[in-house]
Amino acid sequence: MSPGFAAMLDALPFLWRGLLVTLSVSALVVVLSLVAGAVLGLMRVYGPPVLQPAVQAFSDIVRGIPVLVLIFFVFYGLPVVGLQVNSFTSAVLALAIFSTAQVTELARGALQSIHHGQNEAAKAIGLTFGQRMASVILPQAARRFLPAWVNSVTDAVKGSALVSLIGVGDLMMAIQQVIGRTYQALPLYVLGGAIYFAINYGLSLLSRHCEQRLSYYQARE
Amino acid sequence: MPYHLNFGFVWLHFDRLLSGLALSLSMAALAIAIGVAIGLALAVAHVSGSKATRAAISAYVEIFRNVPLLLLVYFVFYGIPTEFDIRYGATASFVATLAIYAGAYLVEVFRAGLAAVPMGLIEAGKAIGLTPWQRLLHVRLPTMLRISLPALGNTFVSLFKDTSVAAVIAVPELTFGAQWINLNSFRVVEVFSVITLMYLGTGYAMLRLMRLVERRFSVNRT
Repeated sequence: MSPGFAAMLDALPFLWRGLLVTLSVSALVVVLSLVAGAVLGLMRVYGPPVLQPAVQAFSDIVRGIPVLVLIFFVFYGLPVVGLQVNSFTSAVLALAIFSTAQVTELARGALQSIHHGQNEAAKAIGLTFGQRMASVILPQAARRFLPAWVNSVTDAVKGSALVSLIGVGDLMMAIQQVIGRTYQALPLYVLGGAIYFAINYGLSLLSRHCEQRLSYYQARE
Repeated sequence: MPYHLNFGFVWLHFDRLLSGLALSLSMAALAIAIGVAIGLALAVAHVSGSKATRAAISAYVEIFRNVPLLLLVYFVFYGIPTEFDIRYGATASFVATLAIYAGAYLVEVFRAGLAAVPMGLIEAGKAIGLTPWQRLLHVRLPTMLRISLPALGNTFVSLFKDTSVAAVIAVPELTFGAQWINLNSFRVVEVFSVITLMYLGTGYAMLRLMRLVERRFSVNRT
């Protein structure tokens, strides 16, 4: 057995712990940004006119900053304003802010793609805002939102590798630590790449599956 | 103890940020140029190639789109030289990585553009007696480029933003300059606010420039 392969095998239990951190960072980011992004997307399209440009400005600005800069900004900046949080929390916060901006934009696109006549018709038959959203707008918008959203989940998993740079013990950090001990750089980067690939390729297959299912339903309408 | 903003140190070393931004932009430009060449070549190969060629191109696209850029950067800079006898600097290593990464995204953009060229145009090319190669060169590629413009602009800006990752292998670009100032002055809020504005301004300028090009050449006039 080559030393590279042996190092890969030996590293597996250690990488597993890193992988769990990567998965929990990603999962937290995905859930937080889905909720916040959906709310902001609704505010952007149906909110009070003063809030709409504010939401747009938030998402435009955040999407214009490199994720790495945002992570450093949050990590080094929070203690300055008196908030002592650990690196895990600031990593999740920074990635969630970034992902929220993406989700807001996706939600806006999906909501605006529904013809305004639908909303007006629902108003005309006396549905309240909540009813219009729940039974007319959201079911249609969700279909257009879903495939693009799965892509943003992939981006969140990929972006989570950057949190190793502020000391979070994720998969990327675990790979670096194993390389530091074994000097088997190439085999371990290949192994790490394969793990990230498996997660993200799985997600993109899921996205394609969703897309096919949803377009099937749309074609039948 | 309250924190008082003090931009003095940032302005004192502003030349680091300016040269950093220049390096970020040059790396992005070079990577985009190589990436566009890769993307165009592979997109054409994908529509006209054999099944095996297509599978190989799809594998390239899927691998590079589904692995974090940070890992690719480490792989090229720290991984490859340990097994093979090649030496290269951090900047060259990053540009090469970003170019291959960019290629994977741009193939998809160009493929979608080629697929969106109206059938009637290609048939018209056939009707006036153009050979398949002429149709590709004079009908499909120019139309595809014009269709792809909006998606290209977004991809270019996102690649420019990705140059910040070069800081981790000590390429003295914008984010690295900010880290240097932060480490030497602890003026974290100031320096990161300044580079945030620099990234935003540059990205915005790139988008405006692409919008101008789009307005001139786009076929998606609705």
